[in-house]
Amino acid sequence: MSPELEELYQEVILDHSRRPRNFGDLADAEVLVHGDNPACGDEIHLGVRFGEGGTLQDIKFTGRGCAISQASASLMTTKLKGKSPAEVTEMLRAFHELVTTDRNDAPKTLGDLRAMQGVRKFPQRVKCAMLPWRAVEQALQQNEGESTVSTEEPEFA
Amino acid sequence: MHQLASSAVDWNAIREDFPILREQAHGHPLIYFDNAATSQKPRNVLDALRNYYEHENANVHRGLHELSSRATAAYEKSRQRVANYLGAASADEIIFTRGTTESINLVAQAWGGKFIRARDVILLTEMEHHSNLVPWQLLAERTGAQLRFVPVRHDGTLALDQLPSLLTREVKLFGFTHVSNSLGTINPVAQLCQKARAVGALTLMDAAQSVGHLPINVRELGCDFLAFSGHKMCGPTGIGALYGRAEILDSIPPWHGGGEMIVSVTLEKSAFKKAPHRFEAGTPNIAGAIGLAAAIDYVERIGRSAIFEHDTQLTGYAMERLAELPGMRVLGPREARGALVGFVMETAHPHDLTTFADQYGLAMRGGHHCNQPLMRRFGLTGTTRASFYFYNTTAEIDRMIEILHAAGRFFS
Repeated sequence: MSPELEELYQEVILDHSRRPRNFGDLADAEVLVHGDNPACGDEIHLGVRFGEGGTLQDIKFTGRGCAISQASASLMTTKLKGKSPAEVTEMLRAFHELVTTDRNDAPKTLGDLRAMQGVRKFPQRVKCAMLPWRAVEQALQQNEGESTVSTEEPEFA
Repeated sequence: MHQLASSAVDWNAIREDFPILREQAHGHPLIYFDNAATSQKPRNVLDALRNYYEHENANVHRGLHELSSRATAAYEKSRQRVANYLGAASADEIIFTRGTTESINLVAQAWGGKFIRARDVILLTEMEHHSNLVPWQLLAERTGAQLRFVPVRHDGTLALDQLPSLLTREVKLFGFTHVSNSLGTINPVAQLCQKARAVGALTLMDAAQSVGHLPINVRELGCDFLAFSGHKMCGPTGIGALYGRAEILDSIPPWHGGGEMIVSVTLEKSAFKKAPHRFEAGTPNIAGAIGLAAAIDYVERIGRSAIFEHDTQLTGYAMERLAELPGMRVLGPREARGALVGFVMETAHPHDLTTFADQYGLAMRGGHHCNQPLMRRFGLTGTTRASFYFYNTTAEIDRMIEILHAAGRFFS
């Protein structure tokens, strides 16, 4: 097993991909975002219910995809529950930096999400890791209703 | 190692002609199983490109100097080489393009633009690559034409029993792939051409996956258009061709305007050359055409019948060995297959599998393979695809099986 593979597929990632947390339909979701990655066909359906001050009171997901996108979604939902919009935005920024740059000063607040750091060695897999985050970003923007978000922006349709 | 039954060809010696096959990937010997995406290039093709730039490089058809004569002769000789390779009646039936995609777009835009009207029907199949689907969608949007599709059965073959209700008099063109790039199905193309002719429809065959693997003779098949790329058959990227039956090409207006394709130009109006030059505006990919001719030389030296026999044995062996893996589902028919296997493993997603395999030097493709509607038809978002060419070996397949076993254990 190569060190890159071991770093990419850390035990915590394999665990979350096999037994994703917060997996299922959120019955009283205020926002439903369908995220898809047209490059590979992976999809995620993210349900969010907001609390006071726009905090993410509850967040669940369904969908199917690779171990990276599933683990990323599972870890993300675990981390974001109860967070304010500002905290979510900051975490999104820090997570994106974690999986796309060589910097090693990821904030401790990312917690288990730091296990996703191995993705940076696999540029083709960054979209897999970012898919659930694109969905949550969209959820914050729209506050209610249903929408679709993609890792590829359609330029002309 | 399992011994192949065929043949006079020394398949192991052939590997020596491909310098890239000595590469390592992540510290392991490269196993290149992504040939349906692009094949590797033998030394004679690399030499032909170099020789052209060192001894013949000039623009074609215009210059009165020695080098231009050499370049023009080599370029036109390549056209003749392609014509012979496909069994075309004349080199005038061969238009050089960037590849399969551009060839199909040429037909959809230039032929379709002139002859297709609202309510005409273009018949395709459910297994077409996006390159033989999207150009027709664009044409349909512009003209109001309708698209129909021959369904794919669960075993990966076309539902030919439904042809009578689909291939009707309204169909102006029937476009189909010769070999499916994700199922491996070899379609009964001669039969499809014959049935289309019976209702007066033209035929377009996508030969991207077959042109370097199977004997093809356009006149025996009776197809009207054939599109292919050079790079999947040992040639360089950026060169391919469209075969079009002469009388049809002569009826089609130009599509791209510019130099090389005109007889005379005034500020108001131009007169155009005959086919194929009418369809080749601008300086063409001269080196590419010469490289393609060298690729044809190489493929013909081995022989397409021998290649197909080798493909069949490799693919059969791969399917037999893949069946040993738990939770394995191989797509496509059991018989009459091209040189590829698309599969899904219960335990590992195609992207995880291809990332894992790559770390052991095994190059495969994971994803939808530009076949999104087909993937949906099979209830999948993607597959893993191992695609072979004549330089691949059963020993490499054995190694693939070991790696897949390891991946299965790792991800489950």
